Amino acid sequence: MEHITLLLAIVIVTALVFDFTNGFHDTANAMATTISTGALKPKTAVAMSAALNLVGAFLSVEVAKTISGGIINEDGLRTEVIFAALVGAILWNLLTWLVGLPSSSSHALFGGLIGAAVMSAGWSSVDGGTVVTKVLLPAVAAPVVAGLAALLATRLTYRIGGGIRNDAQEKATAKGYRAGQIASAGLVSLAHGTNDAQKTMGIITLALVTGGVLSPGSNPPVWVIVSAGLAIALGTYLGGWRIIRTMGSGLTELKPPQGFAAQTSAATVILASSHLGFSLSTTQSCSGAVMGAGLGRRGGVVRWSTATRMFVAWGLTLPAAGLVGAGAEFLTKQGTWGVAVVAVLLVAGSGAIWLLSRRKPVGHDDVAPTGEDAEPAGVITTAIAAVTPPPPAGAAAVAVAVAVAPAVDTTTDLKTTIPAQPGTVAADPARPATV
Amino acid sequence: MNIDWAALGSVFGVSLVVTVALVGLFTLGIVGLSKQPEPAAQGGSTGGSLMLARAGAYLCFGLCAAAVAYGIYLIVA
Repeated sequence: MEHITLLLAIVIVTALVFDFTNGFHDTANAMATTISTGALKPKTAVAMSAALNLVGAFLSVEVAKTISGGIINEDGLRTEVIFAALVGAILWNLLTWLVGLPSSSSHALFGGLIGAAVMSAGWSSVDGGTVVTKVLLPAVAAPVVAGLAALLATRLTYRIGGGIRNDAQEKATAKGYRAGQIASAGLVSLAHGTNDAQKTMGIITLALVTGGVLSPGSNPPVWVIVSAGLAIALGTYLGGWRIIRTMGSGLTELKPPQGFAAQTSAATVILASSHLGFSLSTTQSCSGAVMGAGLGRRGGVVRWSTATRMFVAWGLTLPAAGLVGAGAEFLTKQGTWGVAVVAVLLVAGSGAIWLLSRRKPVGHDDVAPTGEDAEPAGVITTAIAAVTPPPPAGAAAVAVAVAVAPAVDTTTDLKTTIPAQPGTVAADPARPATV
Repeated sequence: MNIDWAALGSVFGVSLVVTVALVGLFTLGIVGLSKQPEPAAQGGSTGGSLMLARAGAYLCFGLCAAAVAYGIYLIVA
């Protein structure tokens, strides 16, 4: 390890930071619906997801040999380019987390790589056709496939279960749906660990190879596997509560059967697509599944304003991360001082986003299911769902639950909430003012 | 640039069928299990069909568990 230069060390640390943001950005994919339907307590859910991500990181030894999947020509890649790409990906991940929108971490990474590669070696280093087939098409197809599957599955489950009327039976079935949701959420977490943790391992390995520490074609050293697994697990455990809130309850109101249908659809699409040779984006699949399940229930409401903002974020991911990556690469090209400037900018940018997020913190208390989860979908609930504005993305108008003392707030009863949405509270006093 | 429409199509079809089948099976299982014994006034004659419903439910859950196991196998392999 004594051959590791300062630049290489910076790249490795940055890759691990990206891995970490990837973890907390994508917790929502696996756990948002599980949390919002009350199948698992928020903390339990992220802990389980983190554990499965860690396991997933160790599961497969078949590490992705090409991190970029052929999008860019990796042969002449310099370490600085990888660094610049990571900077773009991290900043975009943090920004979308700040506004609470689910967006693909892989796309952010691809965007960063494309931007940095173009700045470094010109347009010829990017394979435009591969960008379309590997990034754009999957991103469009994923929500459609997953959404349609979830929609039909939700319809079906409500039709079959239509005979269930009384409360005791509904309680009993809710328990069953929870078990199903936990199982499919576990699968998504596991798949995420194997895919995304390995992406980071691939980056670090690639950096080590380009830095001349490892010989080309060698497998990642054990310390790389361990640190990448731990970074993604830690990120997952801290939980991107903002994104979880958007996906779990911001897009639509989910009942246990819908949550189960959405989760199963997402897990199926992810597994089927990655093994039938046409990988679809995880984030897009999960968001699509949630919306499909929302539309599947009679009287279900999808908040299209939130959905639209999410679509916009998807569209911006590649160019935005690319621009940052290109800018970072422009600086790192200038020499050592450029690398230092980019590193400082990255820390400053991350710090600024973190400070902004503290102005309106969103914690695990804010994503818990509202009120009694087994409560039937009354007219009022649906009406509220229709009028409640989407969760805030920096807007100050919506109720924010404030945990007074983190030490005692594990019992939700002790939670103090500030209702800024009088309509919601008046209509349904049993609901904490959680959005 | 060649788009592998066949792969995309099969992903679409398989995802749709598997999801709907799994959710359907699971719901059948849940419904089977949630069948409560009829009120005592009916007498014990429904015991047999209740047993049948239970057995069917466990079969459904078993199939779902098999699907999950296959999913894990896909991830590991």
